[in-house]
Amino acid sequence: MEPLELSSVMAQNRDLLKRVEKRSGVDIKDCYQCGKCSAGCPMAFAMDYVPRQIIRLLQLGLVDEALRSRTIWICAHCQACYTRCPREVDLPRLMEALRQEAVRAGLVTDKKVYLFDRAFLGSVERYGRVHEMGLIMQFNLQSGQPFKDVGLGPTLFLNGKISPFPSRIKDNGAVKAIFERVRSRGGAEH
Amino acid sequence: MKYAYYPGCSLHATAVEYNVSAKIVAKHLGVELWEIPEWNCCGASAAHNTDHLLALALPARNLAIAEREGLDVAVPCAACFNRLKAAQMAVRGSEEMRNTIKEIIGMDYQGQGEVRAFLDVMVNGVGLEKIQSLVTRPLTGLKVAAYYGCLLVRPPELTGLDDPEDPQIMDRLVEALGGTPVSWAFKTECCSASLATSRTDIGLLPIFRILKHAKASGADCIVVACPLCFLNLDMRQGEINRRFQENFNFPIFYFTELMGIALGYPPKELGLPKHFVNPLPLLEAKEILRHPATRRETA
Repeated sequence: MEPLELSSVMAQNRDLLKRVEKRSGVDIKDCYQCGKCSAGCPMAFAMDYVPRQIIRLLQLGLVDEALRSRTIWICAHCQACYTRCPREVDLPRLMEALRQEAVRAGLVTDKKVYLFDRAFLGSVERYGRVHEMGLIMQFNLQSGQPFKDVGLGPTLFLNGKISPFPSRIKDNGAVKAIFERVRSRGGAEH
Repeated sequence: MKYAYYPGCSLHATAVEYNVSAKIVAKHLGVELWEIPEWNCCGASAAHNTDHLLALALPARNLAIAEREGLDVAVPCAACFNRLKAAQMAVRGSEEMRNTIKEIIGMDYQGQGEVRAFLDVMVNGVGLEKIQSLVTRPLTGLKVAAYYGCLLVRPPELTGLDDPEDPQIMDRLVEALGGTPVSWAFKTECCSASLATSRTDIGLLPIFRILKHAKASGADCIVVACPLCFLNLDMRQGEINRRFQENFNFPIFYFTELMGIALGYPPKELGLPKHFVNPLPLLEAKEILRHPATRRETA
């Protein structure tokens, strides 16, 4: 990383940081960097910054670096860090807020996780429920791995666990309306 | 005892055996389940990754329907349970949020009644004594690693179910069914959840570790209370064997399946043949299915 003059970096990113804090309900200053979150994180092995370091980046005002990290997409939301944090920092919600900012800033570093979530919600919006077979097919095609998990398909199909047909609920458009109302409030950008 | 039942998407698809066995044991134990009509998906992690309000509104619509009936809600899926609880807590905690949710779902939802994990309904609602008294085919000699995963017990102020690091509720259930719970360290380690599907390259390692530690603890099988934990642990074993040069053939059960077996139901009726890893040889080796008290199969 290039040498940085931190006070100007902080000044540049203050508004963005405030927005992340507001969205997540996390006060970045609460973290005293004990590292308990990261010691117990089941996905830390695959992260470029461990969770503690993501907070450290934010504390230093390096918000862009946090938004570009793979970490925010690899968090599995298992809640182990939040449960163990002595300062009750809601790291999973912070990761969510950072993902949402990363999408807004066009900085999605893990297209697969992003595409999976989009395909998932697309299915919910269309049918009211997730159509698992449709979700996986859409995800595989969009993520450029059309044959992923195909070997599992026949067993799932023969056991009645996946169906080519979605189950569509009769809700008179109630679920679609939920998505629309959330969108009209500036949310659910996907 | 009557509950509104929220199966969630998985129980109508990859977790059909969870749905079938939950309904069977509920009926057997006198718990009436009223499936929420035209329930919608809770949004799972895809929704809360995308928008906080969407993640509360999707579950709230289901809860509002249950509230009209004045019923507590029983939820078998750990992830749905967590999301439904989160929606309820948000509405209970803030008048402003209650009004916002009302506007978004077009229904009033006050946060009344309780959202309960199906496991909690069985163990604390029906009670272990009653369950034990109805066991006709005890799981004698079956060593079981109770795997709780994440969202059933964490965060504890939300789920309110059990100790978040060393939960016991499913271990006690196994005991009541005549089985032997093993002590092990990976009870609440994450299985990587949907990353096993979206990022299989990294999602397999957490699953492998859970299987390895369950086996090392001397367990014959793992019992779970979550459809995604089940899918990851059961369906991905072939891939894990190839990736990590292992030869797991480790049966995974839903707790409702073990209950159904102990209560005397035929494995087929409970959906056991639908697993990727066939659990029947284990049950046969332990002579659980041939127990003289077997009721339905000898009748």
